[in-house]
Amino acid sequence: MFDIAGKRFQFFLISGVVILIGIISLLTVGLKTGVEFSSGSLLTVDFEQAVARDELKAALADLGHSNVIIQRTGAGDYLIRTRELNDEEKKALEAGLEARFGKLTEPEFSSVSPMIATETVRTAVIAVAVAAVGILLYVTWAFRRMPRPFHYGTCAIIALIHDALVALGIFSILGGILNWQVNMMFITGILAVIGYSVNNTVVIFDRIRENLRLDINADFETVVNNSMVETLGRSINTSLTTLIVVLALLFFVGATIQNLVAVLIIGIIAGTFSSICIAPTLLVVWDKKEWRRFISWLPFRWAKAGE
Amino acid sequence: MSTRNLITLSIVMALFAFAVIALLYPLFGRETMRLGLDLRGGIHMVYQADFSDIEKGQEGEAIDGAIAVIERRINILGVTEPVIQKQGTDRILVELPGISEADKAKKLIGQTALIEFRELKTSAGGGEEWVPATAVVNGQEKELNSAFFKENTYVTTGQLGEVLLVFEWNSEGKKISEEVTGRLIGEPLGIFLSGEPLLGDDGKPIAPIVRSKISDRGQIEGLSLNEAQELSQLLNAGRIPLPLTPIYDQTVSPVLGADFINMSVKAGVIGIILVMLFMTAYYRVSGFLANLALIFYGAIVLAIFKLWPVTLTLAGIGGFIVSIGMAVDANVLIFERMKEEIRTGRTLGAAIEAGFNRAWTAIRDSNITTIIVCLILIWVGNSIVGGAPVAGFAITLLIGVLVSMFSAIVVTRTLLRLFVGGPLSKRTYLFSAWAGKENV
Repeated sequence: MFDIAGKRFQFFLISGVVILIGIISLLTVGLKTGVEFSSGSLLTVDFEQAVARDELKAALADLGHSNVIIQRTGAGDYLIRTRELNDEEKKALEAGLEARFGKLTEPEFSSVSPMIATETVRTAVIAVAVAAVGILLYVTWAFRRMPRPFHYGTCAIIALIHDALVALGIFSILGGILNWQVNMMFITGILAVIGYSVNNTVVIFDRIRENLRLDINADFETVVNNSMVETLGRSINTSLTTLIVVLALLFFVGATIQNLVAVLIIGIIAGTFSSICIAPTLLVVWDKKEWRRFISWLPFRWAKAGE
Repeated sequence: MSTRNLITLSIVMALFAFAVIALLYPLFGRETMRLGLDLRGGIHMVYQADFSDIEKGQEGEAIDGAIAVIERRINILGVTEPVIQKQGTDRILVELPGISEADKAKKLIGQTALIEFRELKTSAGGGEEWVPATAVVNGQEKELNSAFFKENTYVTTGQLGEVLLVFEWNSEGKKISEEVTGRLIGEPLGIFLSGEPLLGDDGKPIAPIVRSKISDRGQIEGLSLNEAQELSQLLNAGRIPLPLTPIYDQTVSPVLGADFINMSVKAGVIGIILVMLFMTAYYRVSGFLANLALIFYGAIVLAIFKLWPVTLTLAGIGGFIVSIGMAVDANVLIFERMKEEIRTGRTLGAAIEAGFNRAWTAIRDSNITTIIVCLILIWVGNSIVGGAPVAGFAITLLIGVLVSMFSAIVVTRTLLRLFVGGPLSKRTYLFSAWAGKENV
């Protein structure tokens, strides 16, 4: 029998390191937001002849668009993010690029005004908040007959914050390297991941609920560990089948839902980890009131390792 | 095999047959799936109306008037299934699916389409400039422009084959025109469209010399035939009564959409095959039955998409494909449970029933969280501008989750029960990987 619960502090360490790297990136590189959130225009441009990214950047600067973000798509098109363009400015930009690089087609164009961007940000924030509260209430309600139902709700929420932080951190790094932008599809992906991760957590909590009922006097940590081990096969298999289809989407579709798919992949992996290794083990930590020990535990271990 | 199980099985088969028929043939007037803008190509624009020049209480009327004008202008383009809707109190949504001449369409919608007549005045600096030609009618100073045209302009050719755009003044326009042209005989009259000089076929501004007083009808000479016809249609469609600013614009070329459909079908087929291989390899006969349930699931979900109809966007197809992966989750939960039951020495029949009953609470509770998230996303998608992909993803995922609960619980269980008491039922290892081989 695996001892998952016993290794809880190692798991916390792994998550902590990943999240810390993400937070450092968030603080230094930040997130690049898409046009939906910060307004502007986004052109997808497909040149007939090969155009290097630097040439394109230089040409855009010559045309008066020095503050642009250029991203290459999987299909070889360029995504060019500029300030909000009106019809004439857009035509001038296209004509300027055609004069320099020859014929181009423009598969996609979108433009968002600051007013719409502000509304979208507000709605996205409300949505994430409502989702978090809704899930907290639901999980608390679902486990209402257990002792301390609020613990279950809170631990599920911590697990989903964990997943969101991991995804945000990795997206900040991707933004720094590949110019990936956080757009509405990213938020959609984050919410889907939240639903998915809690789904996994609830299955394990459900088993804890059942096992506690079977043996009231059992040690809580043992019950939690057994429940995790019993549901391990299910947790991994479901994640695998979902990952299979999401990877198929990544390889074949990409494009405008690239962000959605990327967040789902990161989120499924982070969500599986957090629902097995973080949420249930946090219950144990809380049950044993270990955070008191945890604070003294860390320097103690480090001191020992440093000897 | 119980009678009840047979009845359930027949209902399941009938549902499946219905779904397949619905997918293959037009049913209830639905011939094909309804595709969203990103898959069909087209434009999606939102305009913000500016009420600052509109009298209080007249806002609703003004915006309805603007919508009517936009509708008539779009008719000129001949777009099928255009959507022109008021959003909130001060916005207009225009959706033109499948249109390839996006720039032309946007220009047509956004035009103020006001022809102004201007006269040359010597400015303070000594140069000459065009200023609106005005006349005082009933004590009020009025500018001479196409707002006083009757909506019956037409294009004809003169004796020398020149193109003429013919217009007729309404009663008020008649008075202004008489006064202006009476005053300006022998002087040029500049013609401006939306603030810019109207250029003729030869690229020069059109500014005819007034020969005599014009009272009833007039004509504009010098435009190319195409331009004259477009302008005439635009004038007859009426003027948009208030300024509109585009605040959201999404344009997708129709070519791109076709690529996306092919790619997502490929992704879906490959994804579903890999999931099926995995399920059969891991859960054997049970996995195979789960795959049958998955086919049932796919057919039902697609039939719902078609018949509802759900507008499919790329994100929506993504949601459906993701839900395939999640759909087997309920089966995985049940099979894992069955495995445990078989290990404790139960017969296949007992293990099936216990597996399903015990897995039910987990299936229910875990899916509710996904349902909560989907409902929130549908709300988000409907309340933000350009939120169709968000709502699309959530709707397909929601339908997927709901149908998957049904298919896993009813279809797989019914199929599994067929084996109870049969020759294979003693070989429980066929139904659950590694069950019975370990001693736990």
